[in-house]
Order: sequence, then structure tokens, then C-alpha cells
Amino acid sequence: MSTAKTARTATAARPRGSRSPLASVSLHGTLVVAAVIAVFPVLWIVLTSLKPAKHAVTTDFVKEPTLSNYTYLLEQSHFLSWFANSVLVAGITTVLGVFIAATTGYAVSRFKFPGMKPLMWTLLITQMFPMAILIVPLYNLMGDLGLLNQPLGLIITYLTIAVPFCAWMMKGFFDTIPVEIDESGRVDGLNPFGTFWRLILPLAKPGLAVTGFYAFITAWGEVAYASAFMVGEENLTLAGGLQTFVTQYTSNWGAMSAASVLIAIPAAIFFVFAQRHLVAGMTAGATKG
Amino acid sequence: MAAHTSQSVAKAAGDDVENDVAARGRSRRTDSDSGNRGGARGGKGASGLRRAVGTHWYAWAMVAPVVLVLGVIIGWPLVRGVYLSLTDATERNVSRTIGARHIEATYEFVGLDNYVAVLGDPVFLQRLVWTVVWTVACVSITFTLGLVLANMLNRDFRGRAAYRMALILPWAVPGFVSVFAWRFLFNRDNGILNKILDGGGIAAIPWLDDPTWAKFSVVAVNVWLGVPFMMVALLGGLQSIPGELYEAAEMDGASAWQRFRHITLPGLRTVSMTVILLSTIWTFNMFPVIFLLTRGGPGDSTEILVTQAFREAFVSSPRDFAGSATWGVLILALLMIFALVYRRSLRKQGEVW
Repeated sequence: MSTAKTARTATAARPRGSRSPLASVSLHGTLVVAAVIAVFPVLWIVLTSLKPAKHAVTTDFVKEPTLSNYTYLLEQSHFLSWFANSVLVAGITTVLGVFIAATTGYAVSRFKFPGMKPLMWTLLITQMFPMAILIVPLYNLMGDLGLLNQPLGLIITYLTIAVPFCAWMMKGFFDTIPVEIDESGRVDGLNPFGTFWRLILPLAKPGLAVTGFYAFITAWGEVAYASAFMVGEENLTLAGGLQTFVTQYTSNWGAMSAASVLIAIPAAIFFVFAQRHLVAGMTAGATKG
Repeated sequence: MAAHTSQSVAKAAGDDVENDVAARGRSRRTDSDSGNRGGARGGKGASGLRRAVGTHWYAWAMVAPVVLVLGVIIGWPLVRGVYLSLTDATERNVSRTIGARHIEATYEFVGLDNYVAVLGDPVFLQRLVWTVVWTVACVSITFTLGLVLANMLNRDFRGRAAYRMALILPWAVPGFVSVFAWRFLFNRDNGILNKILDGGGIAAIPWLDDPTWAKFSVVAVNVWLGVPFMMVALLGGLQSIPGELYEAAEMDGASAWQRFRHITLPGLRTVSMTVILLSTIWTFNMFPVIFLLTRGGPGDSTEILVTQAFREAFVSSPRDFAGSATWGVLILALLMIFALVYRRSLRKQGEVW
């Protein structure tokens, strides 16, 4: 957290002139309104999840709080299998993505080699690919291979998103490691692979963690491929499963809100701790191209 | 464990300004080098190739996995997608397996017929206009709000950390969860928004059931989702502007607006350019918000290009694979043109990217 501290003292040291009471009120007023807009929808879902089904659509804050939505979710719906599917798919995608992309991030950060520029461009362009162009061919391909409705099919599909993205982001992290470290490794007689494996990779662990986390939440929150490739209640991932609670015909808002809370809380807690570094990593990858 | 990780992450991600300068220096060097090499390489034959392999084989070996993966799971489907857009493939004539019986594909090459059909249909223009309106509205509103909030949070005052946490929350929740939360709030008869309006004596608004309100609603939700990222990125940019600049400006008697106009905005240029490009591309392709909030409806009033492509292949019946591929190719072409124009305009302004 050292960065946070220096940044804050820098701001504090900057003389800004004192604020008038009016400016102070409008500053806090604006921020309070913005904070309420930001928090309210989330808070409302949490509250709704604690209401018995008959009160789900009332404006009462909490009336007869109950965990019945949660017990319904865990005992009578497929929530746990959706959760397991999501963890499986996003987890394996992350591990494979980081694993495949690590050496590439290092190579484009350190070496100049023929084919590097086109590769960088490909990595950049594939990141802005709309899923619309790949979804039909991938769907047909998975159909031919019998991988529709299989987690493996979705993992392979998500690699199309994760690999270019991981490579690009890791380049940003490797760029922040001084080249002198590579040079010292070279002097000690390590070849490029040895330097990468023994010196750079351990130093880049935090960067790999951030990249991995990003890949994970991207796969975790993906909707289009998941909706198209997975059918049948039990095979869905969370993004697909949540849709079944609120369709044209049924709206089980209680179960929906309880599921939302169970999906969002672990992610949100981790996220709030990691967000500063997430942004640093993302803008680093993008601006240092 | 978590604390430990985040601390070491801070170390790696810290000192951003310094690294930024170093990295940029490095990449510029690479650019000029590759130019020289390109010139020198011309005319050399097999021995040059052998030398290139000798010098660069480890770099090539390191990028090989990614090149292989990209080729197999992106390159091949991409080529196939372009090919499909030139055929009349639907769910009825592609190869498929029913039970143990395998049916061969019977679709045929039809040339540019699909493109003629899509481009000649007024629906395409309609979708394109709304997609552009949607993208411009979302990005400009998100950027403005993000800039205002980042500037506020960059000051020193009590409660700053708490506001920051609260404002980041929408970003921390998985997107599809937030969208469902909003669907709940927007519910016409039972949603809290209409209940609040009702309390104020205002008639219920058909948030998702009226074309105009639905457009308003999808933009509002996307802005709600996008502001935190924008704000955090711009806040990072603000903190990298040296305080001395403001001091000097203040000594020279510059007003708050002048300081914002002549120090803050130029200081944020690099970050702004990046986040605007990223969020434009993301918004243009923003599938979940529209698909989960309105399914493109009511009617087809909120359908953007990407959801239209999805609809062709997975919602409408019979599934029109060729049509969907055609929409996909057109979307990709539009994005490439946008990226080229954006890059050219940056170059004109002397920005290296």
C-alpha cells in the first residue's frame, strides 16, 4: 500500500487554498448522491434476498427477515451445479490462459524479433473482436466435436478471449521489471528461458495474479457464449442460470436476489482490495503498447 | 494471504510514472530498430534466414504457444466465419449429428448475396444508427461523470476513502448480476423506482416497455456499470500530475477553471485516450446489458449490432448462421475502421500509439 500513501501525501502537500463552506457542501452533496446511486441497487438486492417471497416486491426495507430464499436456492434449485460449472470453467480458463500467455508477454516485452509487430497488433485487434464474428463458427465447431454443453467447449471458447488479453497485460507487468535483472542473469550464464523462469517469473508473480484475476472475472461474467453453448438446467453456468429465475413467464425475484448476493459478495470483497492494481495493470498494458 | 498478495502487487504496480517513462523509451527504441532491420534484411537469402533463426529462435519459441492457440481457435474460426457469411448456411443445412446418424452439410456458396441483403435492408441502418447513438451517449456520459467524480475524489477531505469504496462498488459486482438487479428495480408494476415515483405522485414509467424509455434505461445501466472504471483510471492519471504545476499556476493567479483547463486536461491526455478507446470498443460490443435487460426489445428498439448478430443465430428460427456471420463481419469491419481513424487522429496530434 506504499503507493497509496505517497499519492495521498502528495495531494495533501499540494496547497489548494481553503474551501468555502458552500464548496464543501456541494462537494459532499454531490458525492453523497453519487454514492447512493452506486450503492442502492446492490443494497436493495441484498435486502430483497432476506425478505420472504410474498414481500419480495414490496418497498419495505426488511420485514420478517428470513433465509428462506437461500435455503430454496441451495436445496431446490441447480444453483450449486451452476456455481460449480462457473468455477470450473473460469478457473481452468484462467490457469491455461496465464500459462500459455506468460512466455509471450515476456518475449514481446524483452526481445526485438521479426514478427513482433504483427503479433502485437494481432493481440490488440483480437481483444476488440466482437464475439459476433466467432460465435457461429465456434458453435458449429463445438457441435461437430460434440463439445456443446460441455465445460470443455466453453473453456476452449473462453481461451479466445483470455489468451490475447493475458499476453497483452503481462507484457505491461514485465515492462515494469528492470532489464538489468535480465542482464545480470545473462552474465551469470543463464539462457533466456532460465532468466525468465528463475529470475523474472518470481518477480512477476503479483502481475500474474492480477492478470489471472482479470481473466477469471471475465470468464465468470461472460454471457453470450454461455447462453448459446450451454443448455439444459444442470449444465448452465451462473450467467445462464440466473436467467432462468426471471424469464418471460416466471419471475422468482427472491431466488434471483439470493443468487445475486452469493455470486457478488466474494467477488466484490476481493475486488475492492485489488482494484487499484487492476487499473494500473490494465492501463499499463494499454498505454505502453 | 490476501493482504500479502495485495502488498506485493502494490510494489510491482507502484512507481507508475517512472515505469511509464522507461517503458515508453524502450518501445520507441524497438520501433526504430525494427525499421532499420527491415531495411537491412532485404536482399539477404537463406543465410540471413539461418542467422535470424539462430538469433531469434528463443523469442519465437516463447511466442509459439500463443501463436498456435490464436491460429487454431481464433484464426481458423475467423476464416470460417468469413466463409460462412458467403454461404446460405442455416441450422437446417449445416452438418449435424442426430443420434448416431451424421448428416453432411448441404449449404452452398452464394457469394455476396448476404451482404447485399443485409446492407440493402433498412434494418441495418436502423441498428447502426442506434448502436452509434448508444456508444456515443454511454461513453460521453460515463467519461464526463468519471472525470467529475475523479476530480472530487482527488481532493483531500474527510470521508474520501468511504466515498471511494461506495463509488467503486458497481464495478465489483459481476455485470450480469447488476443487470438483473436493475431489471428488478425497473420492473413496471413492482419495481422500487416506480414505487418511489408513486410516492411522489408521479405516474409509473414503463422503463423497459416503451421504446424511448427502454433506450434511456439501457444507457443508464451501462453508465452505472462503466463510471467506476473510468473514475479509478482517471484518478490514477490525476495523481500522476505533479503538484508543483498547480502551485506555479496558483502563484501566477490562474483560476480554478484555468488550472483545470491547462493543467488537468493535458495531464490526463494519455489516460483519457486509452480509456475512451477501450470503453468505446467495449460499449459498441456490449452484449450483456442489452441482452439481459431488454432482449433487444420492446420489439427491436434497443437491439444493437452485436445482439442482432446473436439473435440471427441463436434466437430467431430457423437459426440463420450465414446471416449472423455476415453481421459479425460487418461489425468487425466497422471496428477496424474506427480503430484506424482513431489512431490516425492521434498521430496527427503527435501522440505515439
